[in-house]
Amino acid sequence: MSQATTTIDDAGSTRGRVFRAKAASFIQRQGALVALVIVCVFAAMRYEDFITERNLLNVLRQNSMLGLVALGMTFVILTGGIDLSVGSLLAVAGVIAANLAGRGMLLAVVAAVAFTTVLGLINGVVIAKARIQPFIVTLAMMIAARGLALAATGEESVRVDRLSETFTWLGQGKLGPIPIPVIVLLIAYALGWVVLNHTRFGRHVYSLGDNEEAARLMGLNVGRVTLGVYALSGALAGLAGVILASRLGAGQPVAGTGWELDAIAAVVVGGTLLTGGQGGVGSTLVGVLLLGVIFNIFNLEGTISSWWQWVLRGIFLLVVVVIQNRLSSRK
Amino acid sequence: MEGITKSFSGVTALAGVDLTLERGEVHALVGENGAGKSTLIKIMTGAYQRDGGQIWLEGRPVEFRSPEEAQGAGVVAVYQEVNLLAFRTVAENIYLGREPRRFGLIDWKRMNADARALLQRLGLEIDPRATLGSLNIALRQMVAIARGVSFNAKVVVLDEPTSSLTEHEVSILYDVIRRLKAEGTAVVYISHRFDELYTVCDRVTILRDGKFVATHALANLEKIDLVCLMLGKQRDELRKGTTAFEHQTATAAASAMAAEPLLRAENLKRGRKLNHVTVEAGRGEIVGVAGLLGSGRTETARAIFGADKIEAGEVYLEGKPLRLRAPGDAIDAGLAFLSEDRKAEGIIPELSVRENLTLAALPALTRFGIVSRARQQEIVERFIKRLGIKTAGPDQKIRELSGGNQQKVLLARWLCKNPKFLILDEPTRGIDIGAKGEIQALINELAESGLGVLMISSELEELVEGSSRVIVMRDGERVAELRGKEISQDSIIRAMAEGSATGDATSNEAEDDGGV
Amino acid sequence: MQNATEINRVKGKPGLLAGLAALGPTYGALIALVLLVLLNVIFTPNFAAWTNFWNILLQVAPTMLVAVGMTFVIATGGIDLSVGSVMAIASALAATNLDRGVGVAILLALAVALCVGAFNGALITGFRIQPIIVTLALLIAGRGIAQVISNGGQLIPFSNPTFEYLGKGYAGPMPFQVLVMILVVAAAIFIMRMTSFGRYVVAVGGNEAAARLAGIRIHRTKIMVYALSGLLAGLAGLIETARLGASDAAKVGLYIELDAIAAVVVGGTPLTGGRATVAGTLIGALIMQVIATSFNMLLIPFSWSLVLKAAIILIAVYIQRPKVA
Repeated sequence: MSQATTTIDDAGSTRGRVFRAKAASFIQRQGALVALVIVCVFAAMRYEDFITERNLLNVLRQNSMLGLVALGMTFVILTGGIDLSVGSLLAVAGVIAANLAGRGMLLAVVAAVAFTTVLGLINGVVIAKARIQPFIVTLAMMIAARGLALAATGEESVRVDRLSETFTWLGQGKLGPIPIPVIVLLIAYALGWVVLNHTRFGRHVYSLGDNEEAARLMGLNVGRVTLGVYALSGALAGLAGVILASRLGAGQPVAGTGWELDAIAAVVVGGTLLTGGQGGVGSTLVGVLLLGVIFNIFNLEGTISSWWQWVLRGIFLLVVVVIQNRLSSRK
Repeated sequence: MEGITKSFSGVTALAGVDLTLERGEVHALVGENGAGKSTLIKIMTGAYQRDGGQIWLEGRPVEFRSPEEAQGAGVVAVYQEVNLLAFRTVAENIYLGREPRRFGLIDWKRMNADARALLQRLGLEIDPRATLGSLNIALRQMVAIARGVSFNAKVVVLDEPTSSLTEHEVSILYDVIRRLKAEGTAVVYISHRFDELYTVCDRVTILRDGKFVATHALANLEKIDLVCLMLGKQRDELRKGTTAFEHQTATAAASAMAAEPLLRAENLKRGRKLNHVTVEAGRGEIVGVAGLLGSGRTETARAIFGADKIEAGEVYLEGKPLRLRAPGDAIDAGLAFLSEDRKAEGIIPELSVRENLTLAALPALTRFGIVSRARQQEIVERFIKRLGIKTAGPDQKIRELSGGNQQKVLLARWLCKNPKFLILDEPTRGIDIGAKGEIQALINELAESGLGVLMISSELEELVEGSSRVIVMRDGERVAELRGKEISQDSIIRAMAEGSATGDATSNEAEDDGGV
Repeated sequence: MQNATEINRVKGKPGLLAGLAALGPTYGALIALVLLVLLNVIFTPNFAAWTNFWNILLQVAPTMLVAVGMTFVIATGGIDLSVGSVMAIASALAATNLDRGVGVAILLALAVALCVGAFNGALITGFRIQPIIVTLALLIAGRGIAQVISNGGQLIPFSNPTFEYLGKGYAGPMPFQVLVMILVVAAAIFIMRMTSFGRYVVAVGGNEAAARLAGIRIHRTKIMVYALSGLLAGLAGLIETARLGASDAAKVGLYIELDAIAAVVVGGTPLTGGRATVAGTLIGALIMQVIATSFNMLLIPFSWSLVLKAAIILIAVYIQRPKVA
């Protein structure tokens, strides 16, 4: 009897804290969404052209490739890791796909994505087995993969065979009014959401980033999860590279430089903590779109020079992180 | 478990320890720091591999190569730092790695229902969908226990389960333990709080310095005897002369106290760890602080030194209040603090003896930002000689030194600053006998030269022979003060075990002092 | 007495071996560098020429300046990704202010670079945000700021022999920027070894809790480290600008942070902090430069040198990783 009341008492004293924690974590998780809505409303009121099918689909299409890279990055960051190699892997995939485009879209896509998946897997193996920090391992992969892409092409871009229309369809085609890259993006995020929330692998990704030591003590196979996320990140970077090559009609060995930083920024802005364990694919999609819409506004405005855009993006990233940090340290 | 042996890089952590658990028994495991409790538990639950000995479970020899295997066999540990995932839900924490699935996807419904049923079986009303981090520590601990039970646990190890619980919460825990017991589960209970041991445990196994001491039924073991067994003392033993302290006379202490105290810390308060603790010490006095682990002795030292933020309280040095925002402030005022955990808070492993020794003194050795190598060298050489630090040279990395010599370097780090007041937390822990004596003699010498010293120690001889006064702490409170002739191992043990020093005339005085 | 004899006994033993061991992981990097140079002297035509020697040093100088600052940052356990953008800011500031006098332009550029670095440090310590994020934000914003300063990212050419001496001048046979690099490296080694600041840097990186209990002001140390990194990046930016005879805010120092981190890591300063070797960083930077130069001279595509560099980074870190018992 006395024990039952004790429990209820505890629940009561916890309730206020739970509420505050929930409110804080809502802002932390959904703050980007709130910001996205505000920015969109602002844009809709100010620019006639904003809420047009063309413009909105354009925003989505332009950001679809970064979105795929950021999706993979989300998995990596959720485990508490980081993947600097995505930009280079994207270039590698683009080059491979452009080379093979003449032999059919399927072969080109599968070969390119398979190759970058293997490179991602190598990242994971070195991180898990040799116990070197992800930062260094993926930095090395970033440099090496870029070298591979440049060496294989003689530092020139590879034109896609003009006859391979199925391949260019991937980046340039539409299904009804919707560009194929946007469809790929949405499917990837839907799958990513299911994997993260409804499979053991997904939950273990969270667990690893939450508290690696505890996860280990609880019997989790940490190595396997690590391999999985870096392979996934490699695969998605590869997919993004294939689409980019298809859009451009060429595989460029210099494509994707600096994308790792954009992807990290999108993930962080979305609300996923760099320390791991908190966040999700939905947040990342919001982060990607938020940065994309802001960029779109800059374009619609027309008077904000690209350099000011960079300044604002940097400040924006900083402000978001400071706010997140305040909220999470309060807990 | 029989004859368990384990050593780490040559240092023996466990030497032939036995432990037998019955079904439905709550078995206490006690011992001071370094006694080998954690090591034993980790071997039992597969986190470490044993070097020797054998483990049987229900009559069969078993071999656990990982926590996973131990869990599978029904042996689970709930660690004192609750090792769970703060951002995941209660149900996820319970079923991590064994999530029920349908068509390859996690069956959240079933997982939550199972978790709810399990928690109810333990008499707990916790929402399985709540994030673990939103629960208070007590409930988190219950979740950890529930996770253990969900493996059909035959043995559940609770490592200091109450160290951060309120009394209310402790009673919930007791209830859960009773239910486990009724189901026939064996519970290993590690705690430093004697009241708890006597409330919930049936038998107790005592470890000391990695060795098995004894297993007793608690019902017929007095608290005093338990403390004696833990510390390795005979009840009526009053050995003298084993330390290098020259016993200070009562008159020295009295004259020290007559004058204004050199340092006075008043009403220090920090959560439940420090409950209005007051400490004072005069010039030339060594004030001992006794208390078992978790009694608040280290917290007192850290609060005085400005290393932890305190909620209330003042520290006065030579009658003037100190503003302590960071340890740097305390150092500037003339305080020095030799911390308990040499490795985590003392040495900077990659740096040389020279640099470690002069780290705190650098500002005084620096002109225009440049460290005077000559003066640094002079100090280092002087202290290496004076303290007899055994090193290949000042440029040897400190991590390569023995524990005793590391400690001497850290002591020298403070002495070369000519502090007014020295706080020593376990100054001779983990140090070989020779170095121990040297350090004790040095502390004595320092006090004679006029320094005030606050010395925390779990070595009773050290306190008895070294201190002019001993303050005894328990559960974050100062419970007794012993002076002059009152100081004996027996009286300290009594105070630690029972909260006040019983005995001739002592009790009154102790209560006066302790009741601040 | 017994102690004294013991010390003497141990002291007598070491000599050369201990000297090499004291170099620690740098020792391996040094051997790698010597091997690389020897191989090149044998197999690469014209490698062993004075012009090539100066050329290698000339090309490594800006990276090395940045890497020196990075060594200090990494020694505290941090990282600074913003260095390339700081270079660009300094470059743009100097180029747009040259008409006010060379001294003013240089001082202004360096002062702002220092402030940007200090700002990094203040954000990192004040808000407790990971260094990688703070400096990433500055990397993004800084490049934009540099382009704003240079009137919209235009290439700003100039003709100012005094300023250009920084990048094109010679002191005897030695290019002036090599002289600057040598002075900075020497000063950095001196600061790291001889000043209390240098010792605080490694102490903070080695054991922050212990350093705090020893009275070291952690925040102040970290802010100074990032300020130093900013200052040296600014200097590198000025030299690059002087060498080009123009400020190109979009390109100056692009991705130099990666080269600098690689040089630091290959040189034997662990990313976890607590240990630092400026000399090692110099060796690391030279290894990378020798590879690039020799590939160039052997007409092997530049791209393959990237693969080799990556391999060297991984091998270096793998060898130096802390041994787990």
